[in-house]
Amino acid sequence: MAAQTNLNSMPPQDEATTPTNWRELVIENLIRLAGISAVLIITMIFLFLLREGFPAFVEVPLSDLFSSRWYPIEDKFGLLPLLAGSLIVTVGAVVIAVPLGLTTAIYLGEIAPPWQREILKPFIEVLAGIPSIVLGFFGWVALAPLIQSMGAPSGLTAFTGSLILAYMALPTIISITEDALYAVPKEYRDGALAIGATQWQTIWRVVLPAARSGIVIAVMLGIGRAIGETMAVMLVTGNAANIPDLGFGALFQPVRTMTATIAAEMGEVAQGSLHYSVLFGIGIVLFIITFAINSLATYFVGGGKRRRGGQI
Amino acid sequence: MIKNKIDVEGFNFYYGNFQALKNLNVPIREHQITALIGPSGCGKSTFLRSLNRMNDTIASARAEGKVLLNGKNVYDPDVDVVELRQRVGMVFQRPNPFPQSIYNNVAFGPRVLGMAQKGTDLDNIVEASLKEAALWDEVKDRLNHLATDLNPGQQQRLCIARAVAVRPEVILMDEPCSALDPVATLSVEELMRELSDEYTIVIVTHNMQQAARASDWTGFFWLGELVEFAPTGELFTNPKQELTESYITGRQG
Repeated sequence: MAAQTNLNSMPPQDEATTPTNWRELVIENLIRLAGISAVLIITMIFLFLLREGFPAFVEVPLSDLFSSRWYPIEDKFGLLPLLAGSLIVTVGAVVIAVPLGLTTAIYLGEIAPPWQREILKPFIEVLAGIPSIVLGFFGWVALAPLIQSMGAPSGLTAFTGSLILAYMALPTIISITEDALYAVPKEYRDGALAIGATQWQTIWRVVLPAARSGIVIAVMLGIGRAIGETMAVMLVTGNAANIPDLGFGALFQPVRTMTATIAAEMGEVAQGSLHYSVLFGIGIVLFIITFAINSLATYFVGGGKRRRGGQI
Repeated sequence: MIKNKIDVEGFNFYYGNFQALKNLNVPIREHQITALIGPSGCGKSTFLRSLNRMNDTIASARAEGKVLLNGKNVYDPDVDVVELRQRVGMVFQRPNPFPQSIYNNVAFGPRVLGMAQKGTDLDNIVEASLKEAALWDEVKDRLNHLATDLNPGQQQRLCIARAVAVRPEVILMDEPCSALDPVATLSVEELMRELSDEYTIVIVTHNMQQAARASDWTGFFWLGELVEFAPTGELFTNPKQELTESYITGRQG
């Protein structure tokens, strides 16, 4: 232990006097600062959220927060409709985006001939670059009338939001899954093919299990993108703070998500009012949810790494 | 008279415009071990991978000529590549067990080929295959452990077990010992000898002692051509070609 401390502390003292090492020291500290700043900023955001949002959890009784009525003008701050709205839109998006994203990635990474990949990949990257408001506008102008024409009372429904969100999560899911597939050693594929497995059997039984941890990350990041999205969702979900009826029909009713609520109402509240605190309280809930998703992803990936003998 | 399991006739192989194999004629004897030696890049691995059409996965590759397995050209259009690879198994240079359990590695082939899905049938195949690969006693108590946690020698024997589990007729081995230590190498060589009772084995090796020790026939490749093909004892003690002699004595290569 003593020897180790010596090794670590000696060289900078000895060499810091030369110009090269001054430079080294400055660069090193700049990099350290950058690294620390990320942590610092996250901590500050969370503290700020807590400061602004905490009164909500003190002044509004818990039973009110978990009631089903969001009507701020009458001081009714039931978060359930908003939670339900976010949940239903996000789950819908995941159900659409995950199978579609995974199959697209498998096609791109394993099956498509190189020339098709060259064409498809840039398009998917462009999809990632489209501003969310533009996608929302597209949903409003093109998708919503289509859904209404199929029999929904209004085109602005949870399902419309799910479709738009799915589209937004797709590029993330596709490109990260494809990276994960690419990282699977060719030896595994050769091994499976050489036994007499078909290409599909090789993909399904060898490549996908080996890429599992990367695929989990892809899905989690996709969900993260979906749950945090605001503007596009606000445009197309109808923004009615109701708890939808249970069942399949819930998808085709207007809902309001947590993010959309904050965005829509923040401009109208008096700073420091109870309504203002509650909006920040919603922010805290969102923060906790995304944090939980990220932790879950980390847990899965960590477990995957261990089970695969350190190979990523 | 020993029958030929594989007859390669007038075989040429190209990567794009580069001709990697030139007019090869090679007889592979049934239930014998045929070793292919030669310097790096001489085409011996390409040749090996031509026998079960693993080169098909390379886009620019092209084959001409015949590889007759039991008299049937494996490059005929009506040949099912999947079935061919079941009959002609392969063991690779670097042990490549799947990152799954030991059991699942051996059970992989029987499952995908529909020989057995689960239960005692599959258990029996797994046990028999691991015994054939002389690995059973070392792993029988931990079949559910991760295969990639085995040591390299065990991993390679697991790959052999995985290959024999689908009852192939021929086993191709591409430098199977180059990633192994001498003890593990010896165990794989002993294993090859036992396996040759039931299978026809073709092995590519950089190690001339290995070819001399472990094979019945040896082919010497040089720049994509087969310079000499003879019973192993003969090729190493009394080579007909000057090039062969200078290579095996270390003057060339």
